[in-house]
Amino acid sequence: MKPEEHGRRQQELAGWPVTIETYKLGAVYHCTIANVDPGARFARADGATREEAESRAIEKATRYLAQTRKFEV
Amino acid sequence: MATQTLPSVLVTTDWVAQHATDAAVRVVEVDVDTTSYDQGHVPGAAGWNWTTELCDTLVRDIVPAKKLEELLGKTGIDNKTSIVLYGDNNNWFAAWAFWQLKIYGHEDVRIMDGGRKKWLAEGRDLSTDKPSFPAKTYKASGPDLSLRAFLPEVQQAVAGKKAALVDVRSPQEFTGEILAPPGLPETCQRGGHIPGAKSIPWGKNCNEDGTFKNLDELKALYAAQGITGDQPVISYCRIGERSSLTWFTMKHLLGFKDVRNYDGSWTEWGNLVGAPVEKP
Repeated sequence: MKPEEHGRRQQELAGWPVTIETYKLGAVYHCTIANVDPGARFARADGATREEAESRAIEKATRYLAQTRKFEV
Repeated sequence: MATQTLPSVLVTTDWVAQHATDAAVRVVEVDVDTTSYDQGHVPGAAGWNWTTELCDTLVRDIVPAKKLEELLGKTGIDNKTSIVLYGDNNNWFAAWAFWQLKIYGHEDVRIMDGGRKKWLAEGRDLSTDKPSFPAKTYKASGPDLSLRAFLPEVQQAVAGKKAALVDVRSPQEFTGEILAPPGLPETCQRGGHIPGAKSIPWGKNCNEDGTFKNLDELKALYAAQGITGDQPVISYCRIGERSSLTWFTMKHLLGFKDVRNYDGSWTEWGNLVGAPVEKP
Protein backbone atom coordinates (compact mmCIF):
# COMPACT_ATOMS: atom_id res chain seq x y z
CA MET A 1 0.00 0.00 0.00
CA LYS A 2 1.10 3.54 -0.61
CA PRO A 3 0.80 6.04 2.21
CA GLU A 4 -1.57 8.84 1.20
CA GLU A 5 -1.98 12.44 2.24
CA HIS A 6 1.39 12.48 3.97
CA GLY A 7 2.15 15.78 5.61
CA ARG A 8 4.62 17.24 8.11
CA ARG A 9 4.37 20.62 9.75
CA GLN A 10 5.79 22.47 12.70
CA GLN A 11 3.73 24.34 15.23
CA GLU A 12 3.85 25.28 18.89
CA LEU A 13 2.09 23.29 21.60
CA ALA A 14 2.16 24.28 25.26
CA GLY A 15 5.03 26.63 24.49
CA TRP A 16 7.19 24.03 22.72
CA PRO A 17 7.85 23.68 19.00
CA VAL A 18 6.75 20.30 17.71
CA THR A 19 6.54 18.46 14.42
CA ILE A 20 3.22 16.88 13.51
CA GLU A 21 3.32 14.13 10.91
CA THR A 22 0.19 12.48 9.52
CA TYR A 23 -0.50 9.98 6.78
CA LYS A 24 -3.26 7.65 5.73
CA LEU A 25 -2.61 3.97 5.24
CA GLY A 26 -5.60 1.96 4.11
CA ALA A 27 -8.56 3.39 5.98
CA VAL A 28 -6.60 4.65 8.98
CA TYR A 29 -4.95 8.02 9.56
CA HIS A 30 -1.80 7.82 11.68
CA CYS A 31 -0.52 10.91 13.46
CA THR A 32 2.72 11.23 15.42
CA ILE A 33 4.10 14.24 17.25
CA ALA A 34 7.78 14.85 17.96
CA ASN A 35 9.56 17.62 19.78
CA VAL A 36 11.65 19.71 17.39
CA ASP A 37 14.70 19.49 19.60
CA PRO A 38 15.92 16.81 20.04
CA GLY A 39 13.36 15.32 17.61
CA ALA A 40 11.87 12.55 19.73
CA ARG A 41 8.40 11.21 18.96
CA PHE A 42 6.40 11.30 22.18
CA ALA A 43 2.71 11.20 21.22
CA ARG A 44 0.71 9.42 18.58
CA ALA A 45 -2.86 8.52 17.73
CA ASP A 46 -4.92 6.96 14.97
CA GLY A 47 -8.29 8.00 13.59
CA ALA A 48 -10.79 7.56 10.81
CA THR A 49 -10.08 11.11 9.64
CA ARG A 50 -7.02 13.35 9.69
CA GLU A 51 -8.76 15.68 12.14
CA GLU A 52 -9.60 12.86 14.52
CA ALA A 53 -6.08 11.41 14.52
CA GLU A 54 -4.43 14.80 14.94
CA SER A 55 -6.76 16.08 17.65
CA ARG A 56 -6.19 12.93 19.70
CA ALA A 57 -2.42 13.13 19.27
CA ILE A 58 -2.37 16.85 20.04
CA GLU A 59 -4.39 16.30 23.21
CA LYS A 60 -1.85 13.73 24.44
CA ALA A 61 1.12 15.82 23.39
CA THR A 62 -0.19 18.92 25.14
CA ARG A 63 -0.70 16.94 28.32
CA TYR A 64 2.83 15.49 28.22
CA LEU A 65 4.44 18.81 27.35
CA ALA A 66 2.74 20.51 30.27
CA GLN A 67 4.77 18.26 32.56
CA THR A 68 8.12 19.40 31.17
CA ARG A 69 9.78 21.71 33.67
CA LYS A 70 12.24 24.47 32.88
CA PHE A 71 15.03 25.39 35.26
CA GLU A 72 17.05 28.57 35.42
CA VAL A 73 20.62 28.21 34.23
CA MET B 1 25.83 -3.47 -2.26
CA ALA B 2 25.56 0.25 -1.47
CA THR B 3 25.80 2.93 -4.09
CA GLN B 4 29.29 4.21 -4.78
CA THR B 5 28.50 7.61 -3.37
CA LEU B 6 27.73 6.32 0.10
CA PRO B 7 29.99 4.75 2.71
CA SER B 8 29.60 0.97 2.73
CA VAL B 9 27.62 1.06 5.97
CA LEU B 10 24.82 3.09 4.40
CA VAL B 11 22.28 2.08 1.77
CA THR B 12 19.74 4.29 0.04
CA THR B 13 15.97 3.97 0.14
CA ASP B 14 16.17 3.07 -3.57
CA TRP B 15 18.52 0.21 -2.79
CA VAL B 16 16.22 -1.09 -0.06
CA ALA B 17 13.21 -0.91 -2.37
CA GLN B 18 15.05 -3.14 -4.80
CA HIS B 19 16.63 -5.58 -2.34
CA ALA B 20 14.41 -5.78 0.74
CA THR B 21 13.30 -9.31 0.01
CA ASP B 22 16.62 -10.70 -1.26
CA ALA B 23 17.42 -14.00 0.44
CA ALA B 24 20.81 -12.79 1.70
CA VAL B 25 19.38 -9.53 3.05
CA ARG B 26 17.20 -8.90 6.06
CA VAL B 27 15.70 -5.46 6.57
CA VAL B 28 14.76 -4.66 10.16
CA GLU B 29 12.87 -1.65 11.53
CA VAL B 30 13.79 -0.45 15.03
CA ASP B 31 11.91 2.58 16.33
CA VAL B 32 11.83 4.85 19.34
CA ASP B 33 8.05 4.62 19.12
CA THR B 34 7.60 0.87 19.25
CA THR B 35 4.18 1.10 17.58
CA SER B 36 5.58 2.65 14.39
CA TYR B 37 6.20 -0.72 12.76
CA ASP B 38 2.49 -1.54 13.04
CA GLN B 39 1.60 1.74 11.32
CA GLY B 40 3.22 0.43 8.15
CA HIS B 41 6.77 -0.64 7.39
CA VAL B 42 9.02 -1.48 4.46
CA PRO B 43 7.43 -4.54 2.82
CA GLY B 44 9.29 -7.64 3.95
CA ALA B 45 10.93 -5.92 6.92
CA ALA B 46 11.05 -7.44 10.37
CA GLY B 47 10.42 -5.29 13.43
CA TRP B 48 12.42 -5.31 16.66
CA ASN B 49 11.25 -3.75 19.90
CA TRP B 50 14.14 -2.02 21.66
CA THR B 51 12.38 -2.04 25.02
CA THR B 52 12.03 -5.81 25.14
CA GLU B 53 14.27 -7.37 22.49
CA LEU B 54 17.40 -5.22 22.39
CA CYS B 55 18.14 -5.08 26.08
CA ASP B 56 18.33 -7.17 29.19
CA THR B 57 14.89 -6.72 30.74
CA LEU B 58 16.05 -7.67 34.26
CA VAL B 59 19.38 -5.91 34.71
CA ARG B 60 20.02 -2.58 33.00
CA ASP B 61 22.28 -3.76 30.21
CA ILE B 62 22.48 -4.33 26.48
CA VAL B 63 20.95 -7.47 25.05
CA PRO B 64 22.69 -10.63 26.35
CA ALA B 65 24.45 -12.70 23.70
CA LYS B 66 22.12 -15.68 23.96
CA LYS B 67 19.03 -13.50 23.68
CA LEU B 68 20.48 -11.78 20.62
CA GLU B 69 21.29 -15.15 19.05
CA GLU B 70 17.66 -16.21 19.52
CA LEU B 71 16.33 -12.91 18.14
CA LEU B 72 18.52 -13.08 15.05
CA GLY B 73 17.76 -16.76 14.52
CA LYS B 74 14.01 -16.27 14.60
CA THR B 75 14.38 -13.27 12.28
CA GLY B 76 15.97 -15.60 9.74
CA ILE B 77 19.43 -14.12 10.16
CA ASP B 78 22.64 -16.11 10.24
CA ASN B 79 26.20 -14.86 10.52
CA LYS B 80 26.42 -14.20 6.78
CA THR B 81 23.18 -12.27 6.37
CA SER B 82 23.37 -8.61 5.34
CA ILE B 83 21.31 -6.76 7.93
CA VAL B 84 19.86 -3.41 6.92
CA LEU B 85 18.46 -1.36 9.79
CA TYR B 86 16.19 1.65 9.69
CA GLY B 87 13.79 3.42 12.00
CA ASP B 88 12.10 6.59 13.13
CA ASN B 89 13.78 9.70 14.56
CA ASN B 90 16.44 9.60 11.85
CA ASN B 91 17.51 6.10 12.83
CA TRP B 92 18.17 6.61 16.57
CA PHE B 93 17.39 3.04 17.54
CA ALA B 94 18.54 1.63 14.23
CA ALA B 95 21.94 2.96 15.28
CA TRP B 96 21.42 1.48 18.74
CA ALA B 97 20.82 -1.93 17.13
CA PHE B 98 23.80 -1.41 14.81
CA TRP B 99 26.04 -0.67 17.80
CA GLN B 100 24.95 -3.82 19.61
CA LEU B 101 25.33 -5.97 16.50
CA LYS B 102 28.90 -4.70 16.16
CA ILE B 103 29.57 -5.43 19.83
CA TYR B 104 28.56 -9.01 19.10
CA GLY B 105 30.62 -9.13 15.94
CA HIS B 106 28.13 -9.12 13.07
CA GLU B 107 30.12 -8.40 9.94
CA ASP B 108 27.62 -6.99 7.47
CA VAL B 109 25.23 -4.53 9.02
CA ARG B 110 24.11 -1.30 7.38
CA ILE B 111 21.71 1.56 7.91
CA MET B 112 19.13 2.84 5.44
CA ASP B 113 20.09 6.48 5.02
CA GLY B 114 17.18 8.73 5.94
CA GLY B 115 15.33 6.01 7.79
CA ARG B 116 11.59 5.84 8.10
CA LYS B 117 11.26 9.59 7.64
CA LYS B 118 12.69 9.54 4.12
CA TRP B 119 10.86 6.36 3.13
CA LEU B 120 7.54 7.96 4.12
CA ALA B 121 8.32 11.31 2.54
CA GLU B 122 9.07 9.55 -0.74
CA GLY B 123 5.64 7.91 -0.66
CA ARG B 124 7.07 4.42 -0.93
CA ASP B 125 5.09 1.26 -0.29
CA LEU B 126 4.23 0.34 3.27
CA SER B 127 3.00 -2.99 4.56
CA THR B 128 1.21 -3.93 7.76
CA ASP B 129 1.89 -7.65 7.23
CA LYS B 130 4.26 -9.23 9.72
CA PRO B 131 6.47 -11.54 7.71
CA SER B 132 7.68 -14.82 9.15
CA PHE B 133 11.14 -16.14 8.39
CA PRO B 134 12.66 -19.61 8.31
CA ALA B 135 14.61 -19.96 11.56
CA LYS B 136 18.38 -19.89 11.34
CA THR B 137 21.22 -20.51 13.73
CA TYR B 138 23.24 -17.54 14.84
CA LYS B 139 26.44 -17.53 16.86
CA ALA B 140 27.47 -14.26 18.48
CA SER B 141 31.10 -13.41 19.09
CA GLY B 142 32.62 -10.92 21.47
CA PRO B 143 31.42 -8.91 23.20
CA ASP B 144 33.73 -6.26 21.81
CA LEU B 145 33.79 -3.89 24.74
CA SER B 146 36.15 -1.50 22.97
CA LEU B 147 32.95 -0.03 21.52
CA ARG B 148 31.32 0.61 24.87
CA ALA B 149 32.19 2.93 27.76
CA PHE B 150 31.29 2.15 31.34
CA LEU B 151 31.15 4.59 34.24
CA PRO B 152 34.76 4.10 35.45
CA GLU B 153 36.13 4.90 32.00
CA VAL B 154 34.04 8.06 31.85
CA GLN B 155 35.24 9.06 35.31
CA GLN B 156 38.81 8.49 34.15
CA ALA B 157 38.14 10.56 31.05
CA VAL B 158 36.93 13.43 33.23
CA ALA B 159 39.86 13.18 35.61
CA GLY B 160 42.66 12.52 33.16
CA LYS B 161 41.31 14.24 30.07
CA LYS B 162 42.63 11.34 28.00
CA ALA B 163 39.37 10.90 26.13
CA ALA B 164 37.08 13.54 24.67
CA LEU B 165 33.45 13.49 25.75
CA VAL B 166 30.72 14.36 23.27
CA ASP B 167 27.29 15.20 24.68
CA VAL B 168 24.79 14.72 21.87
CA ARG B 169 21.66 15.89 23.73
CA SER B 170 19.87 19.11 22.91
CA PRO B 171 21.43 22.39 24.08
CA GLN B 172 18.66 22.76 26.68
CA GLU B 173 19.50 19.37 28.16
CA PHE B 174 23.22 20.16 28.02
CA THR B 175 22.79 23.36 30.02
CA GLY B 176 20.39 21.76 32.49
CA GLU B 177 17.48 24.00 31.53
CA ILE B 178 15.42 20.84 31.09
CA LEU B 179 15.95 17.35 32.48
CA ALA B 180 14.45 15.42 29.56
CA PRO B 181 13.38 16.12 25.99
CA PRO B 182 10.07 18.03 25.95
CA GLY B 183 7.12 15.69 26.43
CA LEU B 184 9.18 12.82 27.83
CA PRO B 185 9.49 11.79 31.48
CA GLU B 186 12.32 13.19 33.57
CA THR B 187 14.77 10.40 34.36
CA CYS B 188 17.50 12.19 36.31
CA GLN B 189 17.94 14.05 39.55
CA ARG B 190 20.22 16.78 38.26
CA GLY B 191 20.57 18.71 35.01
CA GLY B 192 23.73 19.78 33.25
CA HIS B 193 26.52 17.82 31.64
CA ILE B 194 29.64 15.83 32.40
CA PRO B 195 32.52 18.25 33.07
CA GLY B 196 34.55 18.94 29.97
CA ALA B 197 32.03 17.47 27.52
CA LYS B 198 31.57 19.15 24.16
CA SER B 199 28.03 19.80 22.97
CA ILE B 200 27.42 18.39 19.50
CA PRO B 201 23.69 17.66 19.28
CA TRP B 202 22.97 14.48 17.33
CA GLY B 203 20.70 16.30 14.87
CA LYS B 204 23.67 18.16 13.45
CA ASN B 205 24.74 14.88 11.84
CA CYS B 206 21.68 14.88 9.62
CA ASN B 207 20.09 16.72 6.76
CA GLU B 208 16.44 17.80 6.82
CA ASP B 209 15.41 14.66 4.92
CA GLY B 210 16.96 12.46 7.61
CA THR B 211 20.03 11.42 5.64
CA PHE B 212 23.51 11.85 7.04
CA LYS B 213 25.42 14.96 6.03
CA ASN B 214 28.33 14.45 3.69
CA LEU B 215 31.71 13.53 5.09
CA ASP B 216 33.25 16.98 4.67
CA GLU B 217 30.40 18.56 6.61
CA LEU B 218 30.64 15.93 9.34
CA LYS B 219 34.40 16.28 9.60
CA ALA B 220 34.05 20.05 9.97
CA LEU B 221 31.27 19.67 12.54
CA TYR B 222 33.44 17.59 14.85
CA ALA B 223 36.71 19.40 14.13
CA ALA B 224 35.08 22.67 15.19
CA GLN B 225 34.80 21.17 18.67
CA GLY B 226 38.30 19.70 18.61
CA ILE B 227 37.11 16.17 17.86
CA THR B 228 39.39 14.93 15.10
CA GLY B 229 39.85 11.27 15.91
CA ASP B 230 43.38 11.77 17.25
CA GLN B 231 42.32 10.82 20.75
CA PRO B 232 39.72 8.42 22.17
CA VAL B 233 36.16 9.74 22.12
CA ILE B 234 33.17 8.82 24.27
CA SER B 235 29.66 9.83 23.20
CA TYR B 236 26.70 9.99 25.54
CA CYS B 237 23.11 11.24 25.68
CA ARG B 238 20.33 10.28 28.08
CA ILE B 239 19.98 6.50 27.63
CA GLY B 240 22.52 5.79 24.90
CA GLU B 241 20.48 5.66 21.72
CA ARG B 242 21.05 9.16 20.35
CA SER B 243 24.70 8.75 21.23
CA SER B 244 24.83 5.48 19.30
CA LEU B 245 23.94 7.51 16.19
CA THR B 246 26.83 9.85 16.94
CA TRP B 247 29.04 6.83 17.69
CA PHE B 248 28.05 5.47 14.26
CA THR B 249 28.95 8.78 12.61
CA MET B 250 32.36 9.03 14.25
CA LYS B 251 33.29 5.34 14.05
CA HIS B 252 31.82 4.24 10.74
CA LEU B 253 31.43 7.39 8.65
CA LEU B 254 34.43 9.42 9.80
CA GLY B 255 36.54 6.38 10.60
CA PHE B 256 37.78 7.49 14.02
CA LYS B 257 39.65 4.60 15.61
CA ASP B 258 38.69 4.68 19.28
CA VAL B 259 35.06 5.65 19.78
CA ARG B 260 32.90 4.34 22.59
CA ASN B 261 29.24 4.78 23.36
CA TYR B 262 28.48 5.42 27.03
CA ASP B 263 25.02 3.87 27.24
CA GLY B 264 24.76 4.60 30.95
CA SER B 265 24.65 8.22 29.76
CA TRP B 266 22.87 10.95 31.70
CA THR B 267 20.40 8.57 33.35
CA GLU B 268 23.44 7.15 35.14
CA TRP B 269 25.63 10.22 35.60
CA GLY B 270 22.77 12.60 36.43
CA ASN B 271 21.59 10.29 39.21
CA LEU B 272 24.96 9.53 40.80
CA VAL B 273 25.47 10.85 44.30
CA GLY B 274 28.47 13.16 44.32
CA ALA B 275 29.16 13.06 40.58
CA PRO B 276 30.55 16.37 39.31
CA VAL B 277 28.17 18.29 37.07
CA GLU B 278 28.98 21.26 34.90
CA LYS B 279 26.45 24.00 34.10
CA PRO B 280 25.68 25.61 31.80
